[in-house]
Amino acid sequence: MNENIIEVSNLKKKFPGVQALKGVNLNIPEGMITGIVGPNGSGKSTMLKIISGLIVKDEGQVNINRKNKQRHLMQDIAFLPEINHLYRWMTISEMIRFHEDQFLDFSPEKANELLDFMNLKLEQKINNLSKGMVARLKLILVLSRSAEILILDEPLAGIDPASRERILESLIGEFDSANQSIILATHEIIEAERFLDHVIFMEAGEILLEGNADDLRAEKGKSIRELIGEVFE
Amino acid sequence: MDIDFNAAYPIYEQVIDEIKKEIVRGELSAGDKLPSQRKLARKIDVNPNTVQRAYREMEQRGLVETKRGKGTFIKDDDQVMVEIKKEMAATAVSNFIDEMISLGFEKENILSKVETNLKRRDDNE
Repeated sequence: MNENIIEVSNLKKKFPGVQALKGVNLNIPEGMITGIVGPNGSGKSTMLKIISGLIVKDEGQVNINRKNKQRHLMQDIAFLPEINHLYRWMTISEMIRFHEDQFLDFSPEKANELLDFMNLKLEQKINNLSKGMVARLKLILVLSRSAEILILDEPLAGIDPASRERILESLIGEFDSANQSIILATHEIIEAERFLDHVIFMEAGEILLEGNADDLRAEKGKSIRELIGEVFE
Repeated sequence: MDIDFNAAYPIYEQVIDEIKKEIVRGELSAGDKLPSQRKLARKIDVNPNTVQRAYREMEQRGLVETKRGKGTFIKDDDQVMVEIKKEMAATAVSNFIDEMISLGFEKENILSKVETNLKRRDDNE
Protein backbone atom coordinates (compact mmCIF):
# COMPACT_ATOMS: atom_id res chain seq x y z
CA MET A 1 0.00 0.00 0.00
CA ASN A 2 0.89 3.63 -0.07
CA GLU A 3 3.75 5.13 1.81
CA ASN A 4 3.39 8.39 3.62
CA ILE A 5 4.51 11.50 1.81
CA ILE A 6 4.49 13.52 5.04
CA GLU A 7 4.95 12.35 8.62
CA VAL A 8 4.33 14.79 11.45
CA SER A 9 5.14 13.95 15.04
CA ASN A 10 4.59 15.88 18.25
CA LEU A 11 4.28 19.16 16.38
CA LYS A 12 3.84 22.16 18.66
CA LYS A 13 3.39 25.84 17.94
CA LYS A 14 2.43 28.66 20.27
CA PHE A 15 1.30 32.13 19.30
CA PRO A 16 0.96 34.87 21.92
CA GLY A 17 -1.90 33.73 24.14
CA VAL A 18 -2.77 30.55 22.25
CA GLN A 19 -1.27 27.09 21.84
CA ALA A 20 -2.14 26.61 18.16
CA LEU A 21 -0.74 23.06 17.90
CA LYS A 22 -0.59 20.84 20.97
CA GLY A 23 1.69 18.02 19.85
CA VAL A 24 0.12 16.85 16.59
CA ASN A 25 0.89 13.40 15.17
CA LEU A 26 -0.30 12.51 11.71
CA ASN A 27 0.59 10.90 8.40
CA ILE A 28 -0.35 12.14 4.95
CA PRO A 29 -0.57 9.19 2.53
CA GLU A 30 1.24 9.47 -0.78
CA GLY A 31 -0.72 9.78 -4.03
CA MET A 32 -3.94 10.68 -2.28
CA ILE A 33 -6.20 13.64 -1.67
CA THR A 34 -6.25 14.30 2.06
CA GLY A 35 -8.90 16.59 3.48
CA ILE A 36 -8.27 18.46 6.71
CA VAL A 37 -11.51 19.58 8.33
CA GLY A 38 -12.14 21.53 11.48
CA PRO A 39 -13.57 24.79 12.76
CA ASN A 40 -11.78 28.13 12.61
CA GLY A 41 -8.86 28.24 14.99
CA SER A 42 -8.37 24.46 14.95
CA GLY A 43 -4.74 24.83 13.85
CA LYS A 44 -5.19 23.66 10.24
CA SER A 45 -3.57 26.68 8.65
CA THR A 46 -0.75 26.79 11.18
CA MET A 47 0.09 23.18 10.50
CA LEU A 48 -0.04 23.60 6.72
CA LYS A 49 2.19 26.66 6.91
CA ILE A 50 4.75 24.79 9.00
CA ILE A 51 4.74 21.88 6.54
CA SER A 52 5.20 24.34 3.68
CA GLY A 53 8.11 26.00 5.45
CA LEU A 54 6.37 29.38 5.72
CA ILE A 55 6.52 29.57 9.51
CA VAL A 56 8.77 27.80 12.01
CA LYS A 57 7.65 25.22 14.54
CA ASP A 58 8.38 25.35 18.28
CA GLU A 59 8.83 21.58 18.72
CA GLY A 60 8.37 18.31 16.91
CA GLN A 61 9.22 16.73 13.57
CA VAL A 62 8.00 17.12 10.00
CA ASN A 63 9.41 14.54 7.59
CA ILE A 64 8.72 14.98 3.92
CA ASN A 65 9.51 11.86 1.89
CA ARG A 66 10.19 13.37 -1.49
CA LYS A 67 11.29 11.30 -4.42
CA ASN A 68 13.70 13.90 -5.69
CA LYS A 69 15.76 15.24 -2.83
CA GLN A 70 18.03 17.19 -5.16
CA ARG A 71 15.50 19.93 -5.62
CA HIS A 72 14.86 22.61 -3.07
CA LEU A 73 11.92 21.79 -0.81
CA MET A 74 10.01 24.88 -1.95
CA GLN A 75 10.05 23.50 -5.48
CA ASP A 76 8.25 20.39 -4.34
CA ILE A 77 5.46 22.03 -2.42
CA ALA A 78 2.94 24.26 -4.14
CA PHE A 79 1.05 26.20 -1.50
CA LEU A 80 -2.25 27.97 -2.04
CA PRO A 81 -2.84 30.38 0.86
CA GLU A 82 -6.28 31.28 2.14
CA ILE A 83 -5.65 35.01 1.67
CA ASN A 84 -5.47 36.78 -1.68
CA HIS A 85 -1.71 36.96 -2.15
CA LEU A 86 -1.78 38.12 -5.77
CA TYR A 87 -0.43 41.51 -6.83
CA ARG A 88 -3.50 43.57 -7.52
CA TRP A 89 -1.90 45.89 -10.06
CA MET A 90 -0.88 43.07 -12.38
CA THR A 91 -2.87 41.55 -15.21
CA ILE A 92 -3.38 37.78 -15.28
CA SER A 93 -0.80 37.57 -18.02
CA GLU A 94 1.78 39.43 -15.90
CA MET A 95 0.97 37.25 -12.90
CA ILE A 96 1.61 34.15 -14.98
CA ARG A 97 4.95 35.51 -16.21
CA PHE A 98 5.83 36.35 -12.61
CA HIS A 99 5.14 32.76 -11.52
CA GLU A 100 7.13 31.43 -14.44
CA ASP A 101 10.15 33.40 -13.14
CA GLN A 102 9.55 32.27 -9.57
CA PHE A 103 9.10 28.55 -10.08
CA LEU A 104 11.19 26.33 -12.34
CA ASP A 105 8.35 23.82 -12.62
CA PHE A 106 5.72 26.35 -13.73
CA SER A 107 4.19 25.61 -17.14
CA PRO A 108 2.66 28.63 -18.93
CA GLU A 109 1.05 26.28 -21.47
CA LYS A 110 -0.75 24.52 -18.67
CA ALA A 111 -1.81 27.86 -17.21
CA ASN A 112 -3.28 28.97 -20.55
CA GLU A 113 -5.18 25.74 -20.92
CA LEU A 114 -6.65 26.08 -17.43
CA LEU A 115 -7.52 29.77 -17.93
CA ASP A 116 -9.76 28.74 -20.77
CA PHE A 117 -11.46 26.08 -18.69
CA MET A 118 -11.92 28.52 -15.81
CA ASN A 119 -13.34 31.28 -18.03
CA LEU A 120 -10.57 33.78 -17.35
CA LYS A 121 -8.68 35.95 -19.83
CA LEU A 122 -5.01 36.92 -19.94
CA GLU A 123 -5.67 40.66 -20.24
CA GLN A 124 -7.93 40.87 -17.16
CA LYS A 125 -6.59 42.99 -14.31
CA ILE A 126 -6.38 41.23 -10.96
CA ASN A 127 -7.81 44.30 -9.24
CA ASN A 128 -11.04 43.88 -11.22
CA LEU A 129 -11.58 40.19 -10.53
CA SER A 130 -14.43 38.95 -8.34
CA LYS A 131 -13.74 36.76 -5.31
CA GLY A 132 -14.63 33.63 -7.26
CA MET A 133 -12.35 34.63 -10.15
CA VAL A 134 -9.44 35.23 -7.76
CA ALA A 135 -10.04 31.80 -6.22
CA ARG A 136 -10.00 30.22 -9.67
CA LEU A 137 -6.81 32.06 -10.63
CA LYS A 138 -5.06 31.03 -7.40
CA LEU A 139 -5.80 27.40 -8.16
CA ILE A 140 -4.59 27.75 -11.77
CA LEU A 141 -1.26 29.13 -10.57
CA VAL A 142 -0.79 26.14 -8.26
CA LEU A 143 -1.98 23.51 -10.75
CA SER A 144 0.34 24.84 -13.43
CA ARG A 145 3.30 23.62 -11.43
CA SER A 146 4.45 20.02 -11.30
CA ALA A 147 5.15 20.01 -7.57
CA GLU A 148 4.95 16.67 -5.78
CA ILE A 149 2.82 18.11 -2.99
CA LEU A 150 -0.07 20.54 -3.38
CA ILE A 151 -1.23 22.21 -0.20
CA LEU A 152 -4.49 24.10 -0.58
CA ASP A 153 -5.70 26.16 2.35
CA GLU A 154 -9.45 26.79 2.01
CA PRO A 155 -9.49 27.05 -1.80
CA LEU A 156 -13.32 27.02 -1.77
CA ALA A 157 -14.03 29.42 1.08
CA GLY A 158 -16.56 32.16 0.52
CA ILE A 159 -16.95 31.80 -3.23
CA ASP A 160 -19.94 31.12 -5.44
CA PRO A 161 -21.09 27.51 -6.01
CA ALA A 162 -20.27 27.64 -9.74
CA SER A 163 -16.66 28.58 -9.01
CA ARG A 164 -16.43 25.91 -6.33
CA GLU A 165 -17.63 23.34 -8.82
CA ARG A 166 -15.12 24.46 -11.46
CA ILE A 167 -12.26 24.44 -8.98
CA LEU A 168 -12.99 20.91 -7.80
CA GLU A 169 -13.52 19.71 -11.36
CA SER A 170 -10.13 20.97 -12.53
CA LEU A 171 -8.43 19.82 -9.34
CA ILE A 172 -9.68 16.28 -9.80
CA GLY A 173 -9.17 16.36 -13.56
CA GLU A 174 -5.52 17.38 -13.21
CA PHE A 175 -4.76 15.18 -10.22
CA ASP A 176 -1.92 12.83 -11.05
CA SER A 177 -2.02 10.25 -8.26
CA ALA A 178 1.16 8.54 -9.48
CA ASN A 179 3.29 11.62 -8.88
CA GLN A 180 1.30 13.91 -6.66
CA SER A 181 -0.28 14.22 -3.24
CA ILE A 182 -2.84 16.86 -2.34
CA ILE A 183 -3.72 18.29 1.05
CA LEU A 184 -6.93 20.27 1.16
CA ALA A 185 -8.09 22.21 4.20
CA THR A 186 -11.75 22.96 3.73
CA HIS A 187 -15.01 24.00 5.32
CA GLU A 188 -16.98 23.30 2.16
CA ILE A 189 -17.28 19.59 2.68
CA ILE A 190 -20.49 19.09 0.69
CA GLU A 191 -18.82 19.52 -2.69
CA ALA A 192 -15.45 18.09 -1.68
CA GLU A 193 -16.78 14.98 0.09
CA ARG A 194 -16.71 12.60 -2.87
CA PHE A 195 -13.15 13.50 -3.88
CA LEU A 196 -11.37 12.92 -0.60
CA ASP A 197 -9.34 9.74 -0.09
CA HIS A 198 -8.28 10.45 3.45
CA VAL A 199 -9.80 12.70 6.09
CA ILE A 200 -8.29 14.32 9.17
CA PHE A 201 -10.55 15.96 11.77
CA MET A 202 -8.81 18.70 13.73
CA GLU A 203 -9.92 20.86 16.64
CA ALA A 204 -8.13 23.16 19.09
CA GLY A 205 -4.66 22.12 17.93
CA GLU A 206 -5.33 18.38 18.12
CA ILE A 207 -6.35 15.53 15.82
CA LEU A 208 -9.74 14.07 16.80
CA LEU A 209 -10.11 11.39 14.12
CA GLU A 210 -8.39 10.36 10.91
CA GLY A 211 -8.79 7.66 8.32
CA ASN A 212 -9.56 6.58 4.79
CA ALA A 213 -12.83 8.25 3.75
CA ASP A 214 -14.46 5.10 2.32
CA ASP A 215 -13.35 3.02 5.32
CA LEU A 216 -14.88 5.61 7.67
CA ARG A 217 -18.13 5.50 5.66
CA ALA A 218 -18.21 1.70 5.79
CA GLU A 219 -17.38 1.59 9.48
CA LYS A 220 -19.76 4.32 10.66
CA GLY A 221 -22.48 4.10 8.00
CA LYS A 222 -22.34 7.87 7.71
CA SER A 223 -21.11 10.46 5.25
CA ILE A 224 -18.04 12.52 6.10
CA ARG A 225 -20.34 15.50 6.43
CA GLU A 226 -22.47 13.70 9.00
CA LEU A 227 -19.32 12.61 10.84
CA ILE A 228 -18.18 16.22 11.03
CA GLY A 229 -21.44 17.13 12.71
CA GLU A 230 -20.87 14.34 15.20
CA VAL A 231 -17.15 14.82 15.87
CA PHE A 232 -17.35 18.59 16.37
CA GLU A 233 -20.47 18.56 18.51
CA MET B 1 -22.73 5.71 -16.52
CA ASP B 2 -24.04 8.45 -14.29
CA ILE B 3 -24.05 7.79 -10.59
CA ASP B 4 -26.03 9.59 -7.94
CA PHE B 5 -23.65 9.02 -5.08
CA ASN B 6 -24.85 8.31 -1.59
CA ALA B 7 -22.24 9.92 0.63
CA ALA B 8 -22.93 7.59 3.55
CA TYR B 9 -21.76 4.46 1.72
CA PRO B 10 -18.22 3.76 0.39
CA ILE B 11 -17.93 5.40 -3.02
CA TYR B 12 -15.81 2.61 -4.50
CA GLU B 13 -18.62 0.16 -3.61
CA GLN B 14 -21.07 2.38 -5.49
CA VAL B 15 -18.81 2.28 -8.53
CA ILE B 16 -18.76 -1.53 -8.30
CA ASP B 17 -22.57 -1.65 -7.93
CA GLU B 18 -22.96 0.49 -11.03
CA ILE B 19 -20.71 -1.78 -13.09
CA LYS B 20 -22.67 -4.83 -11.84
CA LYS B 21 -25.92 -3.17 -12.89
CA GLU B 22 -24.51 -2.56 -16.36
CA ILE B 23 -23.59 -6.23 -16.55
CA VAL B 24 -27.06 -7.38 -15.47
CA ARG B 25 -28.73 -4.98 -17.92
CA GLY B 26 -26.54 -6.38 -20.68
CA GLU B 27 -24.74 -3.09 -21.38
CA LEU B 28 -21.53 -4.86 -20.45
CA SER B 29 -20.99 -8.54 -21.16
CA ALA B 30 -18.50 -11.24 -20.29
CA GLY B 31 -15.13 -10.54 -21.89
CA ASP B 32 -15.81 -6.81 -22.42
CA LYS B 33 -13.11 -4.33 -21.67
CA LEU B 34 -13.79 -1.78 -18.94
CA PRO B 35 -12.83 1.85 -19.55
CA SER B 36 -9.41 2.85 -18.26
CA GLN B 37 -9.44 3.94 -14.64
CA ARG B 38 -8.56 7.51 -15.56
CA LYS B 39 -11.30 7.69 -18.18
CA LEU B 40 -13.98 6.31 -15.90
CA ALA B 41 -12.91 8.65 -13.08
CA ARG B 42 -13.36 11.64 -15.38
CA LYS B 43 -16.66 10.37 -16.71
CA ILE B 44 -18.32 9.83 -13.35
CA ASP B 45 -16.44 12.68 -11.70
CA VAL B 46 -14.71 10.85 -8.88
CA ASN B 47 -11.17 10.64 -7.60
CA PRO B 48 -9.07 8.27 -9.79
CA ASN B 49 -7.95 6.52 -6.58
CA THR B 50 -11.59 5.55 -5.93
CA VAL B 51 -11.88 3.89 -9.35
CA GLN B 52 -8.54 2.17 -8.77
CA ARG B 53 -9.85 0.74 -5.50
CA ALA B 54 -13.11 -0.38 -7.18
CA TYR B 55 -11.15 -2.21 -9.91
CA ARG B 56 -8.81 -3.79 -7.36
CA GLU B 57 -11.77 -5.01 -5.26
CA MET B 58 -13.57 -6.39 -8.31
CA GLU B 59 -10.46 -8.31 -9.24
CA GLN B 60 -10.20 -9.77 -5.73
CA ARG B 61 -13.87 -10.76 -5.86
CA GLY B 62 -13.29 -12.51 -9.16
CA LEU B 63 -15.52 -10.19 -11.19
CA VAL B 64 -12.89 -8.85 -13.54
CA GLU B 65 -9.39 -9.70 -14.60
CA THR B 66 -6.54 -7.41 -15.52
CA LYS B 67 -4.38 -8.35 -18.47
CA ARG B 68 -1.02 -6.70 -18.34
CA GLY B 69 -0.76 -3.82 -20.76
CA LYS B 70 -4.22 -4.53 -22.18
CA GLY B 71 -6.59 -3.34 -19.48
CA THR B 72 -9.32 -4.71 -17.26
CA PHE B 73 -11.95 -7.12 -18.59
CA ILE B 74 -15.22 -8.55 -17.28
CA LYS B 75 -14.43 -12.18 -16.51
CA ASP B 76 -15.54 -14.50 -19.27
CA ASP B 77 -17.25 -16.88 -16.89
CA ASP B 78 -20.98 -17.75 -16.75
CA GLN B 79 -20.73 -18.50 -13.05
CA VAL B 80 -19.76 -14.85 -12.42
CA MET B 81 -22.93 -13.64 -14.15
CA VAL B 82 -25.07 -16.06 -12.16
CA GLU B 83 -23.48 -14.83 -8.93
CA ILE B 84 -24.02 -11.17 -9.77
CA LYS B 85 -27.67 -11.76 -10.61
CA LYS B 86 -28.20 -13.72 -7.42
CA GLU B 87 -26.57 -11.03 -5.35
CA MET B 88 -28.53 -8.21 -6.96
CA ALA B 89 -31.78 -10.15 -6.64
CA ALA B 90 -31.09 -10.65 -2.94
CA THR B 91 -30.50 -6.93 -2.50
CA ALA B 92 -33.66 -6.01 -4.42
CA VAL B 93 -35.79 -8.40 -2.33
CA SER B 94 -34.24 -7.18 0.90
CA ASN B 95 -34.84 -3.52 -0.03
CA PHE B 96 -38.44 -4.32 -0.92
CA ILE B 97 -39.07 -6.10 2.36
CA ASP B 98 -37.45 -3.26 4.35
CA GLU B 99 -39.76 -0.79 2.66
CA MET B 100 -42.87 -2.89 3.26
CA ILE B 101 -41.97 -3.29 6.94
CA SER B 102 -41.45 0.46 7.24
CA LEU B 103 -44.97 0.87 5.77
CA GLY B 104 -46.25 -1.30 8.61
CA PHE B 105 -46.92 -4.60 6.80
CA GLU B 106 -46.53 -7.96 8.55
CA LYS B 107 -44.72 -10.95 7.04
CA GLU B 108 -47.88 -12.77 5.91
CA ASN B 109 -49.28 -9.59 4.41
CA ILE B 110 -46.14 -8.91 2.40
CA LEU B 111 -46.18 -12.41 0.99
CA SER B 112 -49.86 -12.23 0.00
CA LYS B 113 -49.30 -8.82 -1.65
CA VAL B 114 -46.52 -10.35 -3.72
CA GLU B 115 -48.69 -13.32 -4.66
CA THR B 116 -51.62 -11.10 -5.65
CA ASN B 117 -49.36 -8.96 -7.80
CA LEU B 118 -47.81 -11.98 -9.52
CA LYS B 119 -51.24 -13.47 -10.17
CA ARG B 120 -52.52 -10.21 -11.70
CA ARG B 121 -49.52 -10.17 -14.03
CA ASP B 122 -50.25 -13.75 -15.10
CA ASP B 123 -53.89 -12.89 -15.78
CA ASN B 124 -52.90 -9.91 -17.91
CA GLU B 125 -50.65 -11.97 -20.13
